[in-house]
Amino acid sequence: MSIKERLSGNEAVAYAMKQINPDVVPVYPITPSTEIPQYFSSFVANGTVDTEFVPVESEHSAMSAAIGASAAGARVMSATSSQGLALMYEMLYIASGMRLPIVLTCVNRAISAPINIHNDHSDSMGARDCGFIQLYCETNQEAYDNIIMAVKIAELAKLPVMVCYDGFITSHSVENIELLEDEKVKAFVGEYTPEHYLLNPDEHVSMGPLDLQNYFFEHRKQLADAMTNAKEIIAKVSKEFGDISGRYYDAFESYKLDDAEYGLVVLNSTAGTAKTVVDKLRDKGIKVGLLKPRMFRPMPHKELAESLKHLEAVAVMDKADSVNAMSGPVYTELVTALHKHDVHIPVSNYIYGLGGRDVKATDIEKVFRDILAAKDNKENLNGTFYLGVRE
Amino acid sequence: MIEIRWHGRGGQGAKTASLLLADVAFNTGKYIQGFPEYGPERMGAPLTAYNRIDDEPIRIHSNIYEPNYVVVVDDTLVGPVDVCKGIDPNGAILINSSLEPSVIKEKLKDVNVKIYVIDASKIALETIGANFPNTALLAAIIKVTGLMSKEDLEKNMLDSFKHKFAKKPEVIEPNMEAVRRAYDEVKEV
Amino acid sequence: MVNDKMGASELPLAGIITESGNSEKFNTGEWRNKRPVHDKEKCKHCMMCILPCPDNATCHKDGVMTGIDYSKCKGCGICASVCPFKAIHMEDEGGND
Repeated sequence: MSIKERLSGNEAVAYAMKQINPDVVPVYPITPSTEIPQYFSSFVANGTVDTEFVPVESEHSAMSAAIGASAAGARVMSATSSQGLALMYEMLYIASGMRLPIVLTCVNRAISAPINIHNDHSDSMGARDCGFIQLYCETNQEAYDNIIMAVKIAELAKLPVMVCYDGFITSHSVENIELLEDEKVKAFVGEYTPEHYLLNPDEHVSMGPLDLQNYFFEHRKQLADAMTNAKEIIAKVSKEFGDISGRYYDAFESYKLDDAEYGLVVLNSTAGTAKTVVDKLRDKGIKVGLLKPRMFRPMPHKELAESLKHLEAVAVMDKADSVNAMSGPVYTELVTALHKHDVHIPVSNYIYGLGGRDVKATDIEKVFRDILAAKDNKENLNGTFYLGVRE
Repeated sequence: MIEIRWHGRGGQGAKTASLLLADVAFNTGKYIQGFPEYGPERMGAPLTAYNRIDDEPIRIHSNIYEPNYVVVVDDTLVGPVDVCKGIDPNGAILINSSLEPSVIKEKLKDVNVKIYVIDASKIALETIGANFPNTALLAAIIKVTGLMSKEDLEKNMLDSFKHKFAKKPEVIEPNMEAVRRAYDEVKEV
Repeated sequence: MVNDKMGASELPLAGIITESGNSEKFNTGEWRNKRPVHDKEKCKHCMMCILPCPDNATCHKDGVMTGIDYSKCKGCGICASVCPFKAIHMEDEGGND
């Protein structure tokens, strides 16, 4: 029997971390992820967990300490946002390159400048090529579930995992949630038994040695292969999680997409608002649907193309801008996926909600109306638009 | 779905009140959202918080632009802030104020919704002994929305206070008194 | 032991080295541009050159200095510098002379 509760996204993640009881949590607080270490440190102080909590002096140190602890053989978790993730950037590549299964919560927040504390995806999108698995969450429930799954995914894939959800919108909003019993989580994540680790008295290993022209490329190929193989691992762990929780997760969620003529692709909390818009338009007989990616790394390119190929047109919403005079990151990758699998449909791009600009149901309805109206004027469909911005 | 918007000032507990309301509604088996809109976090700066309450899971994740109800924690916000913006014509506004009803009516003369007033600060001072108007405002908005009966509210609040004030049981009864008084004293002007 | 004929699927993950102290299996003495030369006549076997060598390339057995292991020596010259009897001197390595 699950436990019905009401928690904010950050409370839910701190609670999941309590149930996981990781060995080491090195962390430096930054809005809007601050509550995670705040709540978790009280679990440490109360003796509810036996985690070594390391309050470091910067995010660079947080990830560095996480790498050291993980290499030593510990199960390690941390959390950050925005500039914090940016400051970790150098070490993110070390974590993935050393194949350390660190679980990092990224509470999505805009990257400065100008300075802003609110939600968009420019932090995690900026780190999309650092070799972390990236899972995106619509609700506090998905944040809780993905964090628990992330531990297992990371350890099986030997890759670090970043779980991303929207700052304030998800992190600070109290909503209904179903929690698993402590024993269930404990049994699900199990004991971490690394294959090689520095504190193993029976095996003396060196990690992170100099790796030059004749080996580096092969080690990067190993990383690429690990990311490809992670798809299957994520599917397997998600199935196991579904079996204990009743909540099954795929690489992405399709909402009323099968018989849709027009589709929308959007990450995180906005997908919830978009579902209400899909319902509203469906009530008027307009066949629209939604695709919400959960996995962005690895990219489920084949399955995405398969799910979208029957549509007349697709709009991709990006809560980050690549500033490349072309499009946002989700659009770029989605169009690549479609092209790769020989799907040629018009796809338009909407950069939206930067710096926490609220996304109303009417904004999303406008996107649908735009692509519907452009039915007979398809060159309008392949554009990049800044939704609701003052020109 | 009921949508409620709270207007307060930094430090007055509008956020806490919205979370308390979410709590109370959750305890009656509803689906809830309670969230603040964070701005510049300064003591005294106007801020907004929100609630959604429904029998079905809530998926929308935007701010609330057409609330059914508006709660104003500090009557000095009426004027500087357009507290009634977008309000449902069949909805209502609840104001914490010690002003005469005629004065409040004059301040909101352009508004065509029901106006309720509660002197939550006075109730708080007389029961709890400090200006913590949240409990009284919560009871008042529950009465205005008809979310639950007085009996259910009392039972619910007692459970929640027993948990919240486990180490300070002496403050439970004053808070319960604030709940009962606010439920009875909130009135339409 | 890895070699550069091995592919990504065969190499240990992330370049991890699971055999501690395996450097003795590698010829690391290819980087020298000067080599130390041991003069057995001058050597008093005082062992002053043994400890300072960063690569354990100064060899000894049963209290006797036995010479330099050129498969490990990087040519840093510390042994020549610490020898109280000038029993080790540096010579240019190949090519130039």
